[in-house]
Amino acid sequence: MTDNHHYHDHDHHHDNELDPFAARVKALETILTEKGLIDPAAIDAIVETYEHKVGPRNGARVVAKAWAEPDFAEWLARDATAAIASLGYTGRQGEHMQAVFNTPDTHNLVVCTLCSCYPWTVLGVPPVWYKAPPYRSQAVINPRGVLAEFGLKLPEDTRIRVWDSTAELRYMVVPMRPVETEGLSEDELARLVTRDSMIGTGLPLRPGSLGPGALWPPEADPGAGI
Amino acid sequence: MSPSDPAASSRPRFELPPGTGPDEPVFAEPWQAQAFALVVALHQRGLFSWSEWAAELSKQIARPGAAQDGSDYYQHWLSALEVLLSEKGVAGPDRIDAVSASWQRAAHATPHGQPILLENDPERR
Repeated sequence: MTDNHHYHDHDHHHDNELDPFAARVKALETILTEKGLIDPAAIDAIVETYEHKVGPRNGARVVAKAWAEPDFAEWLARDATAAIASLGYTGRQGEHMQAVFNTPDTHNLVVCTLCSCYPWTVLGVPPVWYKAPPYRSQAVINPRGVLAEFGLKLPEDTRIRVWDSTAELRYMVVPMRPVETEGLSEDELARLVTRDSMIGTGLPLRPGSLGPGALWPPEADPGAGI
Repeated sequence: MSPSDPAASSRPRFELPPGTGPDEPVFAEPWQAQAFALVVALHQRGLFSWSEWAAELSKQIARPGAAQDGSDYYQHWLSALEVLLSEKGVAGPDRIDAVSASWQRAAHATPHGQPILLENDPERR
């Protein structure tokens, strides 16, 4: 997309070029602003929020709290929408959340076969591979093969359950708490929780693999939800 | 959970794209982030329900010729938005084409390094 618009017409080498898609988005902004349907400043704020504030750290906090507090884990299992909202992370799309818990017998994997439904409020904007056709089809047909691509080899007798998200119901995986994490604080636990471990294509980190500043800067404020 | 898809066996198997990691940027280009935000804002305003949006996006994504690496995802996103805006009577394709062309002329007429303003379109008004 970035390399297909080298027009080099006339002598305008120093003029600005707008990518055709960028021009269309600008046109929509113009039209929608004229009609009073959007406020450009609000659009900028949404971009800022999703690029920098909402991300898998929200979900990591949910998982860490579930690891640390059995009562919260029980609530999360029973009513994930409310339990997650209690931490300030509420969905804008009015979607319901369901948390699916990994056990020694069952590993959970989340996909959206139709498009790209994803728990934004806890995981941010989905990665490119989540939205791509091969993942969307293969996660259902050959989940073990997909997990192998991510370097995740589960025991043969571990059952893999695939959860197909919709616009109304989004899933997040609560991975099993890693061994040798007794005595870690909730913040420290949260740093072990990766995005992929909450989609099901990965496992949480082990405490030993946490170098200084690993994963994400702990000082960055995850924001109060969206 | 999902019906098995007989065509899927002929599709290429899933391969993790290189450079994938927890820190990969979520938007490849600024327009993608803006297109994303427009949909979030219009939904909040009640122009369409999220189910309506997901249904239209699914339709666009399911069209033949979608990139296997998902790189055209936000192009589908933009198409879905344009369809909904047309259906809701907000703006049809002709109007969007015209304003889009105006933005491109404005970009041409704007010296490099200066902000592109729609007013810079020589054919405007």
